Amino acid sequence: MSSSANVLTLDIQNRPARPWWHVPQRWRNPIGIVGAAVVLLTIVVAIAAPLIAPYDPDAQGATRLLPPSSEHLMGTDELGRDTFSRIVYGARVSLQVGIISVFIALLVGAILGVTAGFFGGRLDSWLMRGVDIMFAFPGLVLAIVIAGLLGASRNNAMIAIGLVYAPAFARVIRGSVLSVMSEPYVEAGRVVGSTNPRLVQLYVLPNIVAPLIVMTSVYLSSAILSEAALSFLGLGTQPPEPAWGGMLNLARTYMEISPWMAIFPGLAIMIVVLGFNFLGDGLRDVLDPRLRMS
Amino acid sequence: MAKYTLSRLLLLIPTLIGMSLLIFLMLRLLPGDIVDILVGSDPTVSSSAREQLREAMGLTAPLPVQYLTWLGNLFQGDLGTSMRSGKPVSELLLASLPITVELAVLATLIATAVAIPLGVISAVRRDTGVDFAARVGGLIGLSLPSFWIATLALLFTSKVFGWVPKTRFISPFEDPFGNLQQMILPALALAIQLMAIEMRMTRTTMLEVLGQDYVRTARAKGLRNRIVVSRHALRNALIPVITVVGFQLGTLMGASAIIEVIFGLNGVGYTLLQAIFNRDYPLVQAATLFLATAFVLINLGVDLLYAYLDPRIKQG
Repeated sequence: MSSSANVLTLDIQNRPARPWWHVPQRWRNPIGIVGAAVVLLTIVVAIAAPLIAPYDPDAQGATRLLPPSSEHLMGTDELGRDTFSRIVYGARVSLQVGIISVFIALLVGAILGVTAGFFGGRLDSWLMRGVDIMFAFPGLVLAIVIAGLLGASRNNAMIAIGLVYAPAFARVIRGSVLSVMSEPYVEAGRVVGSTNPRLVQLYVLPNIVAPLIVMTSVYLSSAILSEAALSFLGLGTQPPEPAWGGMLNLARTYMEISPWMAIFPGLAIMIVVLGFNFLGDGLRDVLDPRLRMS
Repeated sequence: MAKYTLSRLLLLIPTLIGMSLLIFLMLRLLPGDIVDILVGSDPTVSSSAREQLREAMGLTAPLPVQYLTWLGNLFQGDLGTSMRSGKPVSELLLASLPITVELAVLATLIATAVAIPLGVISAVRRDTGVDFAARVGGLIGLSLPSFWIATLALLFTSKVFGWVPKTRFISPFEDPFGNLQQMILPALALAIQLMAIEMRMTRTTMLEVLGQDYVRTARAKGLRNRIVVSRHALRNALIPVITVVGFQLGTLMGASAIIEVIFGLNGVGYTLLQAIFNRDYPLVQAATLFLATAFVLINLGVDLLYAYLDPRIKQG
């Protein structure tokens, strides 16, 4: 142990001076950087929506179903609302639903996974059996049923998506906790008399963060896609609120006359989901040491 | 193998019971009384009539009794009666089943035919332009909303060819060409995500296998690259891919709901959605259980196939 510490010190001393903007080689991941940029842009658009959108997203106008022009960048919809402004405000809906539903999944998954992995034994096998049963449902079907039964609304869509993704989080978290529990430092913590909550807080949680970051990023993209799907089916965000899935659904009625309505909301969904997928892919390359070795 | 199969079959029982229990509880414990939803706020229906209706539907019995009754009927093939159409639920589901199965199978075939060669090329030519293009293409495929692609495909065919799909299902046994014409677009839209998943999976496992000792041995003894890739690497790399394909086949049966809606195909997913909007509870219950059971059975089949193909699994 001491020799490796020496090597580390030596290394630090011999390290050539680097400019402050130097980024370590392994963080230079083109796909990940593009993803991060897209995600950042989406966040900025969502926050600054009132500054970016040229019109009120709900303001109806006399000029309906217009093609894109300099006045209306993406044309107008069946009520004369500016599509570009609605897309900009739709970023808020997508991000909000994505973040909150993944947070629900993370929270439920963490409670189940940490409990199962930490205590093990019979509790573990019962909890995981329950999780397996949740897994036995095709995701979209379960989301449709939960959202449909709770009643079509954005909040219920978030709950539905969160609950559908929770088992996946529970499984990954349990696996990580189990591998952490066999580490000597957890035993050491126990020996010095740490209580269970303290063990979890101090030793277990910090060491399961890396896989969770990647997972969260990937599931954010799935959650945004699922919300769009639910809204498309009329089970998510309700009109007149501007949700991309809902806009796409409405566009189906008018697309013969105004194909633009069907193009832009889908493009927006794709770009944001792609951003999160790129980010997740990049983060996996950077954070997963097993892949780095090869 | 027989022992493994048997133990997996036995494990199926608690899963199916758990699933049915979960579906039952979801429908019973979620807010909203079925009778109130059915009758609405119709003032002409007196409270005693509501009570009668509740009793007739067996909703006054304690929950465990209701559950066991439902389960008992299920085993006798009685899935209940649709509240909306009055037809037996089993009849409705059986009528919609071929559409969903055909969609899922067709989509899987399309996806596999494209994805596996792409994944192999991407892995063999690792870190080249081809590989990068395939990786980015894969991520784009993962991000494409199937319902958007389906909508655009419909838009395109109607604008360019003036062709609109027929909503009445054409059986492949009556008119194979007409059936294919009707199903090819929805299947393509459904296939895109699976294609991306399969491609990425094939690439990853191929990379892993190509680094194995037996591949190096094969190369060392002077075999041509083609033979090494196709005979030594691909065969082994495909085993995990098969698992993913099988698992996705079950997912597709659910995911096809949204495609069925867009193309007006009366499949299981479409039936489920209609039932949800109509608050047709017996139909919701049965369709969900049906899709989940199909999913579980397909996954079981895949697991068994996997154990057959890779004998190391059984011992584990």
